[in-house]
Order: sequence, then C-alpha cells, then structure tokens
Amino acid sequence: MAAALQTAAPLRASSNLGANSERFRFGSLLRSPAGRKGSLLVVKSDGRHSVGFNTRLRGGNLIANAVAAKSEASAKSTDSKPGHELLLFEALREGLEEEMDRDPRVCVMGEDVGHYGGSYKVTKGLATKYGDLRVLDTPIAENSFTGMGVGAATMGLRPVVEGMNMGFLLLAFNQISNNCGMLHYTSGGQFTIPIVIRGPGGVGRQLGAEHSQRLESYFQSIPGLQMVACSTPYNAKGLMKAAIRSENPVVLFEHVLLYNLKERIPDEDYICCLEEAEMVRPGEQVTILTYSRMRYHVMQAAKTLVNKGYDPEVIDIRSLKPFDLYTIGNSVKKTHRVLIVEECMRTGGIGASLRAAIIDNFWDYLDAPILCLSSQDVPTPYAGSLEEWTLVQPAQIVAAVEQLCQ
Amino acid sequence: MALGRSFEDMCAQMYYRGKMFGFVHLYNGQEAVSTGFIRLLQPGDAVVSTYRDHVHALSKGVPARAVMAELFGKTTGCCRGQGGSMHMFSAPHNFLGGFAFIGEGIPVATGAAFSSRYRHEVLKEASPSGGLDVTLAFFGDGTCNNGQFFECLNMAQLWKLPIVFVVENNLWAIGMSHLRATSDPVIWKKGPAFGMPGVPVDGMDVLKVREVAKEAIERARSGEGPTLVECETYRFRGHSLADPDELRKPGEDVDFKLCATLPCCIAFGLMCKFFGFFISYIMLKHSSLKGIIRKSKRSGCCR
Repeated sequence: MAAALQTAAPLRASSNLGANSERFRFGSLLRSPAGRKGSLLVVKSDGRHSVGFNTRLRGGNLIANAVAAKSEASAKSTDSKPGHELLLFEALREGLEEEMDRDPRVCVMGEDVGHYGGSYKVTKGLATKYGDLRVLDTPIAENSFTGMGVGAATMGLRPVVEGMNMGFLLLAFNQISNNCGMLHYTSGGQFTIPIVIRGPGGVGRQLGAEHSQRLESYFQSIPGLQMVACSTPYNAKGLMKAAIRSENPVVLFEHVLLYNLKERIPDEDYICCLEEAEMVRPGEQVTILTYSRMRYHVMQAAKTLVNKGYDPEVIDIRSLKPFDLYTIGNSVKKTHRVLIVEECMRTGGIGASLRAAIIDNFWDYLDAPILCLSSQDVPTPYAGSLEEWTLVQPAQIVAAVEQLCQ
Repeated sequence: MALGRSFEDMCAQMYYRGKMFGFVHLYNGQEAVSTGFIRLLQPGDAVVSTYRDHVHALSKGVPARAVMAELFGKTTGCCRGQGGSMHMFSAPHNFLGGFAFIGEGIPVATGAAFSSRYRHEVLKEASPSGGLDVTLAFFGDGTCNNGQFFECLNMAQLWKLPIVFVVENNLWAIGMSHLRATSDPVIWKKGPAFGMPGVPVDGMDVLKVREVAKEAIERARSGEGPTLVECETYRFRGHSLADPDELRKPGEDVDFKLCATLPCCIAFGLMCKFFGFFISYIMLKHSSLKGIIRKSKRSGCCR
C-alpha cells in the first residue's frame, strides 16, 4: 500500500496523462490513453513510465500481463480498488457534508465548529461552504445551545449538536435528559426531535480526569434516547448519515484516539443501520463484545489468542442503546461463552447493562459466567503509566479468555 | 381572560375534590399577561411556557376541552394524557410546552426563534406573517437567576433572533421572595446588559401589556432582535395547589387586587383613562363583558 502511494506521486508529477492523483486512484484513465483493453501503464521504480504496451515482455508473447511486476501490481491495485481512503474524522465530515447537501434543514451547532473548523476538524470547511447560520459557532453555553437544538428540531430543522468533548455535555444533561429524550413522549407524540448529539469522548493520551470521561454510561438510562458508538471510518460515516436521517434523538459517541484511523471506504452512498452490531471476526469458541476504542485492544488480543489456538468471535456492538440482541444472541447460542470488554467504568457501565440483558435473554445458552472487563472506578489519572493501568489492556483480555475457556 | 380564570378555578375545585392529581400550578391573577401578549400572535408564531401553562395554552388557541382532558390524564387530552399539567403541547397551535424545570424552556424558545430565522434566510421560506415568525418565552422571576436565562439572552441578542422574553414577575418562587433571592431585583434592566431593550410594564393591566407586546413583537418580526419585558404581576393562589402558601402576607395582594375581577379591571381602567366622555361606552362594555363571562363558563370557547 505504501509502495503504491509512493509511485502515485511521480505519476501525478508527470503531465503525460493529464491526470491528477485523485482521478488516478479511481483508475479511470488507466486504460484510456491506449484506447484498447489489455494495455497497461508501466511504472518503473525510478518513476519513469511508459504508456500503451508492456515494454518488459518481448518476443511476441500474447498474454500481455501474465506476470505483473511488483510496482505495477501495487499501482494497479491502488488505482483499480474501488472507493477512496480517508481518516476517520474526514469520514465523519464527508457523511455530514453529504447529508447537508441532501437536506437543507440539516445544520450544525457547537463551539468552534464554524470558523475554526471544529476542534478535531470534523466540520472543517463547512462554514465556508454553507454559511454561518447553517454551521453555527455558539458561545460556551452547552445547556442552552443543546436546548436550542431541541427547539429548532421541534420546528422542523435537523440540528447536529457538537460537544467539543463529550464531557462538556454533562452541562447539557438537563436538556438531553428532559427535552431530547422525553419531549416526544410528553407531547403525546406531537413533536419529534431529530437531533444528533456528537462529540469525542473516552480516554485519550493523558488528558486528565475531566477530559477522559465516558458519558455513555450516564446517558444510557435516559428514556427516548438512542446511542451509537463508531469505531472505523466506514461505520463513522455510515452512522453519522443514519443518525442524521433518523427521526429519533441520537447520541453519536466518537473517540479522541480514533480520529486518525485510515481506511478505504466506498464511493457510493451508504448508511450503517443504527441498531446493528458489526461482526469483526467470526469465531466458534468465545464471544467477545466490545465497542469504540476497545475494539482495537480486543483485536490485538485476538491475534495472540489465535496464535495460542483459540477461536474468538469479536463483535463490535456499535449500538449502545438499544443493544443488537439478535446478533449478540446468535453469537452466544453458538459459542456459549461471553466476554465483554469496555472502556466504561465498571459501576453502572454499558457492560453492566449488556450483561443483564444477556442473562435475561440467553441464560440457558451460557456455559460460563459472563466476564466483563471495564475501566477502574477511579478518576483517570494524568500520569501515563497510571492511566494505562486504569484501562483494559490486551494482556488482560487474553487472560480473561483463557479463564473463560478452561 | 374570563375563560382562563374560570378554567383555573375549576382545576382547583377538581383537585381539592380528589379528581386531579400531581403538581398543578394555577395562573389566577396573571391572565392579563397571557392575553396581552398571545392574542397578538399569528398562527405561525410559537409560545413556550413553564409549568404554569394552562392559560398560555388556552390563549394560544388550544381548546379548553383538550387542556382539561389532559389534566385528567385522558387520551382525548392534548398530549394523550402523557404530559399532564406541566407538559401542555400543541403542534397545530405551535404551543411548544409546558416545561417542568424552570429555565429549560427558554433555550427551546431560542431554538424555535433560531429556526424562524433559518427558514427565512437559509430555506428562503416566506412566512404568511410578512416578516419572521416570532417566539414568546414566558417564565417567572425565579428563572431570572438561572444560567439558562442569561445564556439565552446573550445568544438571542447575538444572532438577533425573533424572540420576546416575557418575565411574569409575581415576586415569589414558591416560598422564596424575589427580593431575598436576587442581588438586583430589577429584572428589565438586565436586558440592556446584553444589548437588548428592557421594558417594565404593569402586568395586571391587559391594555398596557398589549401596548408593550405589540411593539416587542413587531421588533422581533422585523428582524430587529429580542426584547426583555418584565410584567409586574401577582398570583392570587399559592405556587401550586399543594402549596400551603404561608409565607406571603395576606395584605400583599391588595395593590394587585384592585383589578381582581375582570369587569372591574377593564371598566376601571377605561374609566380612569377616559373619564366622563366614555361612560356610555363603559356601560355597554360592562354588559357585553358579563355576556362574555357567561359564555366562557358555558362553552369554554372564547377568551
């Protein structure tokens, strides 16, 4: 992949094909200069290239590209693969932008979302494109601007409210609980609140206790609220779009440390179902349920486990409220062993509720008690080593699976 | 106003007879504010209230039958019995609630005003009112010490939102006197601190309220921004029907009770203004007012 990107650069520099790197990625011009099928672009490692015929094959060989050279293959594979590569925060922006193009009632409000482009650059460039009213820079008044979002939603707009850090939304708890969650009900169904509340949360790199909070455990009891957590660029864009299109108030949890994840996502319009969990790695022996950043700790542990001969099934639950008990249940019925790995605090966290839900629904299918690995019930320390210790690490996950499978 | 008073009195009757439950907050004494403001609105304009919302709903046009049914928890209520006294909503009348926590309705009102400006400028929709759709936010003196009040004054003025903040200052927040809770008890002066006009008005005089309301609503509609109006009023009953109301001195309401009964209120006000010349007009008004009150008690269909 890296090699392909390096060769793409000299291609861009040359103006022979008149292509920029953007078009090259989609391979649209790859065959057009020669005008016939089967011709290919040969890129040499020194950056020289020739067009139209395979110069390396001589002697009348009819099979033009029987053996592709390494650099060619890499260049071709990058360009002919569908989709485009981007970082998670760019995927969120792309989703938001597409929805704002699609529906003029979609608007963004939050601190520094406009001119500053968002503190994590999720809304970069949107204010220039859509104006200061559609991408509203608010003063520092979380409770009031979240309430403003609710009021705008009752009158037909579709606001996306950004909490600069999820922790700041604690100040908006009044509005999130009483109005976002309940207004649809207390009004007897007369008003819908199609609001999306999003922002980065979770434990970062030594951000301190107050900037490292996991609000999903606090919000999960609010009736009427829907919660999802994204973990990859693909599901970040899909969930953002689905949340905006949903008539329900949705809280979209992003993670501070996942914004720079890179992935290739499809070009075409797609959404991810808000209530669905994602099968990350199918397996037969034990079900590991996780979400957000812990997915990556689990996958790291999964590598070790596979080497040790275990076969874990990893599911990213994605939908924190309501749980996708269909996918989870099918997995439990198959493996009979469950491990939950979360970044929430142990007390009253998502894991606690998930455990209860599995016990209520799938008790007969369990061969072992459900293990739940969560963060320690302490304020997140500043010191890096202490901070690491309060979170679940891959080694603990491996140990837990070994214990479960005894 | 007549309907509002008789409605609230009936609520009290039902509550004390054990047919209505929960927290019921009555509006007796403050009717002039509701009528003075809301009767000037167009259908596209919105109203946001607090838990003392029965009469605001009635003024906005919600049928008395629907409001009363809601208080009894019936499915024929305006919120299907799901909201209750403190959560009156009506989408067809743009009545956005009914909020139990004080202050939490003000941001919602600010959002409704924001959406009005958004529809006008971004969606390029023309309102039948000829300008911007206006939102009225009603709240009390206690709310004026709450953070959400100040945050919304700031935002509304910042973006010149078409909203009027109406303070119903009845001097008491349950048992807390406004003077004991507020460092500077003059609320209307807090408007200019945020750059918007602040106007005091006698909240017991419906004509004076209407005058001020007209100007404030026109200001908002034309896009000049918000106004803070402080209506000096009084509630003749306790904070709620469960409130023993022991802290307020019995004689405190005398100044406000000059205009207690409705025919007196209008007649007295008119007499003071147009003494002599309009005696015959007053006589006519008095008799037609009696008719209005009779009609409102019977059918609950006029205000």
